[in-house]
Amino acid sequence: MIWNSVAEFFVMGGYALYVWSSFGMCALILIGELWAVRSRRKVVVQRLQRQIHAEKLDKEENH
Amino acid sequence: MNIMHSSSSGRYLNWFSFSSPATFYPLAARLTPFFWGLSILFGIVGLWISFFVAPADAVQGDGYRIIFIHVPASWMSMVIYMAMAMWAALGLIFNTRLSAMMAQALAPTGALMAFLSLWTGAFWGKPMWGAWWVWDARLTSELILLFLFLGFMALQASIDDPRRADKAGAILALVGVVNVPIIYFSVTWWNTLHQGASVSMSKAPAMAHTMLWGMLLMTMCFWMYTIALALMRVRAIILERESHSDWVKTLKELRA
Repeated sequence: MIWNSVAEFFVMGGYALYVWSSFGMCALILIGELWAVRSRRKVVVQRLQRQIHAEKLDKEENH
Repeated sequence: MNIMHSSSSGRYLNWFSFSSPATFYPLAARLTPFFWGLSILFGIVGLWISFFVAPADAVQGDGYRIIFIHVPASWMSMVIYMAMAMWAALGLIFNTRLSAMMAQALAPTGALMAFLSLWTGAFWGKPMWGAWWVWDARLTSELILLFLFLGFMALQASIDDPRRADKAGAILALVGVVNVPIIYFSVTWWNTLHQGASVSMSKAPAMAHTMLWGMLLMTMCFWMYTIALALMRVRAIILERESHSDWVKTLKELRA
């Protein structure tokens, strides 16, 4: 193991601000993008569900 | 499955059948978990090497560990741009709807990778060079790449007719391809503050093997992530753009 303690790991040899800002932003972006894509899908799925449901009701009324 | 038999010879897979959104939509859903699995696997091993196996650098101490995301993000921003331009070109040549949708699905991830490359570069440059930003050839050309991604997205969003938007976007993407070799060779063509290529095709790598492995594994993690995410986004785009067609209306997930 190259670190002697957990604290030493987080200090990152004095570069904590730079290393953790980089890795933190990376994690934030990857997770944020996944969340954004999922909600984009949710929006279009809900719109299409409503649309298909409305068309079905229309057909039933016409009969 | 009808994909296997739709080609004239019957023995070969007809790849063009995948250019139909109706065929690709379920295929993308099946492939997505596979790429997520690979991405997580490469990510765990890559991060383990980055933080617990690779030794501190002789000059930069532990500050150099930013390389394990900086280089993969920079590489991926260029790889994604090339992939996006390729799909855009295919869309322009064969007039296939799905190719344009693939280009559209890749652009946001490319923009985020370019942003990450600049962000991690700034947080690496500050302690090592003493500056968050310098107007150097490498940094400036990467910034232009970010603007190309954003320009592509903005141009497509600003044109109402999707087919015309695809064409305009494709031309922008293809013109911008010239920037990719400029980024790549900027460190050899100009005197810059940025260090030379981390990995060279012709020379033995100048860095420790563990560092190289960490970087390559993190690159594979980002690459698999990009594919998984682009597949998810292209599925949303297909639904958005094909909502009028009959096959969409028969999808199980849309029956409320």
